[in-house]
Amino acid sequence: MVLTPRFAPNKQLITYMEYKNNLPRVYIYNLKTGEREIVGDFPGMTFAPRFSPDSQSVVMSFSDPNNAANSEIYLMDLNTRSRSRLTNDSGIDTSPSFSPNGEKIVFNSDRGGSPQLFVMDKNGDNIKRISKGRGVYGNPVWSPRGDLIAFTKLTQGNFHIGVMDTNGNNERVIVKDFALESPAWSPNGRYLIFHRQKRSNLDGTGGEVTIHFIDITGYNERVIPTPRDGSDPAWSPLL
Amino acid sequence: MLIVAGFFLASCAATKTEQGGDTDAASASASSSSGGEITAGTQEDLIVNVGDRVFFEFDSSELTVDAQATLDAQAAWLMQYPDTNITVEGHADERGTREYNLALGDKRAFSVYSYLAQAGIDTNRMEYVSWGKERPEVIGSDETAYSQNRRGVTLVSN
Repeated sequence: MVLTPRFAPNKQLITYMEYKNNLPRVYIYNLKTGEREIVGDFPGMTFAPRFSPDSQSVVMSFSDPNNAANSEIYLMDLNTRSRSRLTNDSGIDTSPSFSPNGEKIVFNSDRGGSPQLFVMDKNGDNIKRISKGRGVYGNPVWSPRGDLIAFTKLTQGNFHIGVMDTNGNNERVIVKDFALESPAWSPNGRYLIFHRQKRSNLDGTGGEVTIHFIDITGYNERVIPTPRDGSDPAWSPLL
Repeated sequence: MLIVAGFFLASCAATKTEQGGDTDAASASASSSSGGEITAGTQEDLIVNVGDRVFFEFDSSELTVDAQATLDAQAAWLMQYPDTNITVEGHADERGTREYNLALGDKRAFSVYSYLAQAGIDTNRMEYVSWGKERPEVIGSDETAYSQNRRGVTLVSN
């Protein structure tokens, strides 16, 4: 099973998480050579990978068995193979996403009791909560222009995909439905793609997952046709 | 240029088809052979006579009193069958993001694993893995399904 594929901004690489022999780990796939490579040698689950803007590093979560399997955010330098731990908290820290200038990282954490969005410096300093509304936040993704953060929010039984300024101001919902996930930006920062999942029924029907495209003004939503259910879309950089 | 690579398109579709995986296969064999002989020390024995799973509250990896009672019984059973190795699976319901639920599933699996370890089970006999929300036990978009999907499952791996 492969989850959460993401393109490198300026290299022909995709990072993703895969279960191999029941071991969920982050890998890199080279689009040119077809080679697959595990990212780092970790004694527990690694997941939620994304490239840094220079494509030289991967930021991701690691659930360390020596830390009660609590997820913390790590940065792996792909050249030196050195890794650094960016967060240190008893809550879950995951879904890191770099700002396009490489200076900041937005991430998801339940350190305050429920999952919210936080921004920190690239070395893990100056952690600040930015989500201000009610609800359970997740999936933060920094826009390629640097001006907005896309996110999901669960409140009153529905998921919402929205955008906010990078300090959390001017939160705006773009689309709302029973189940929405995985917002990803177009390279020009004007569109989001995401997936919708229908309700599942006890008889096994329903639950269809489809990929959609929408202008961040909230207009012009379209389905991206896929041969079977599709999820976790990623939009490539200009290649 | 929008690229939707084929290998990740399968991620969700595969989830549906993989539901006949370890957990469900084991459950099915237990129910289908009710009335027949149950071999001691097997997954079927664990399911029928001890309970192979514990349940969690929403967004929590804390073991409830009920969960601890089940795990006490599992520990006693594992003491009784010292050649048995297990894998503990941690799962979440569908009302969270994929990544957050992977993290939550790992904390749940580790809660079970460490409880059994503290109860005296050698960690060399145990592994654990998170499946997040990727392998629901019950299909359905309501609390009945969710409460059964927020689980830690003990699987006999040999």
